[in-house]
Amino acid sequence: MASPSNTAGDSGTASYPTRWTRPPVFIQRAWLRWGLSLLALIWFVLAIGTLDVNWVRVAEGLERGWRFIKGFLTPDFVTRWPDISKGLVESLTMTLTSTVAGVLLSVPVGIGAARNVAPKAVYYVCRSIIAVSRSLQEIIIAILFVTMFGFGPFAGFLTLSFATIGFLAKLLAEDIEDIDEKQMEAIKATGASWLQLINYGVQPQVMPRLIGLSLYRLDINFRESAVIGIVGAGGIGATLNTAIDRYEFDSAGAILLIIIAIVMLAEYSSGYVRRWVQ
Amino acid sequence: MLSVSNVSKTYAAGDKALDDVSFTIPAGQVVGLIGPSGAGKSTLIRCVNRLVEPTSGTITLGDTPITGLSVSDLRSVRRRIGMIFQEYALVERLTVMENVLSGRLGYVSFWRSLLRRFPAVDVQKAYALLDRVGLMEHASKRADALSGGQRQRVGIARALEQDPELLLVDEPTASLDPKTSRQIMRLLIEICNERQLPAIINIHDVVLARQFTERLIGLQAGRIVFDGAPSELDETVLTRIYGEEDWTTLDKETEAA
Repeated sequence: MASPSNTAGDSGTASYPTRWTRPPVFIQRAWLRWGLSLLALIWFVLAIGTLDVNWVRVAEGLERGWRFIKGFLTPDFVTRWPDISKGLVESLTMTLTSTVAGVLLSVPVGIGAARNVAPKAVYYVCRSIIAVSRSLQEIIIAILFVTMFGFGPFAGFLTLSFATIGFLAKLLAEDIEDIDEKQMEAIKATGASWLQLINYGVQPQVMPRLIGLSLYRLDINFRESAVIGIVGAGGIGATLNTAIDRYEFDSAGAILLIIIAIVMLAEYSSGYVRRWVQ
Repeated sequence: MLSVSNVSKTYAAGDKALDDVSFTIPAGQVVGLIGPSGAGKSTLIRCVNRLVEPTSGTITLGDTPITGLSVSDLRSVRRRIGMIFQEYALVERLTVMENVLSGRLGYVSFWRSLLRRFPAVDVQKAYALLDRVGLMEHASKRADALSGGQRQRVGIARALEQDPELLLVDEPTASLDPKTSRQIMRLLIEICNERQLPAIINIHDVVLARQFTERLIGLQAGRIVFDGAPSELDETVLTRIYGEEDWTTLDKETEAA
């Protein structure tokens, strides 16, 4: 037998085409494809054109930025330490309590929002809770809660708990919808009740991800606690805001360094725990 | 005794999976259910414990009419029916022991099952079953640490832990190699004989079906086209069930087996 050959002109395959071009699978009609690209380009050009850059202000800003960087390079942990430590304790308390409360609340909501285990009515209710929680950004919720319950970490705790529900319940629900239905079917076939079905058929399948997401949320909540402090919800964010308002960039730099260190620590340790629970 | 009469199932999409199916299975009889893919074998055994809701017809187990039961009564009839699955359907992240004990879920309260505090007799039975299927030393391993054949043995132990009056077996050997397949089939048949346990076994391997079961039901496009002893399964019957093919080699295989 002759050696295998794919070259055109080989006796058996001579009549087949030698070229193949990939058809445009996303948008078939050529005019629409080019039209959309053109529109996007026009929009971009117009958008650039409306940017009104005040170069004098930019120059001033650069100078302030430089002062800020200098402060950042010479962080002052000492002068404002009582304020910083108070803010930190508030933030860490807020972070932990709101994550625990948020996780406890999002487990039932998440189960209810999974199409394969919840009845239709419950599903829609839980999906709406998630939608409301997710459609409002943390800062906006924080402003609302600060107005309702006054300045301080309690408003922050409520904000972060509320935001955790939207995040965790949605991802948990999606994970439950992706589980291996056969394991669940087998438990159902033994005559298990709905609660037993959740405990035996669903929980073992989603537990590693639930733990991983909770830890991830813990470090998001810490970062958010620094942000919402700026609108009055207490914690390290409030301390940071005060420091910047007083032009104490060296204290602000110290606070930022502490935030970065804690976030990195949380990131590293949660990654470790997630690998371990698999 | 299980009796199935005039059962039909039409899925929401409109395809008719079962069409007026009737048969009875006396105590202790092991029935092989054969037929091409999509003939309705899986649907049929899932109608028996109502994992799939039949559209019409009646199914009775002993004196209990399964069709028409309320949700809570359905639980108490499901626990009387053991089910064994293709690809084992063990809860992978639970231990072997928890998987076997999950066969008691229909009998114990939620709190007991949540805290894994099953009655002593249940635990004892689980150990006895693990010993019977040869997995005594694997009780505390996670289910996903076992091999395919071992997992299917756990699946069998889980079904038996229910003290079932009927076994539904869905393609028990589809993901196993030929040798393990035969071992698993032999174990199933032995256990059914020991306990005088009736069983319906979905199986696409005709050779295995002929070798191990005492009665065969052939399903074709949702209808029963054959119901008889394995010896009656000749080329004409095979053609009726599966369609035109050269069946002579299959006969030789069966003789060799």
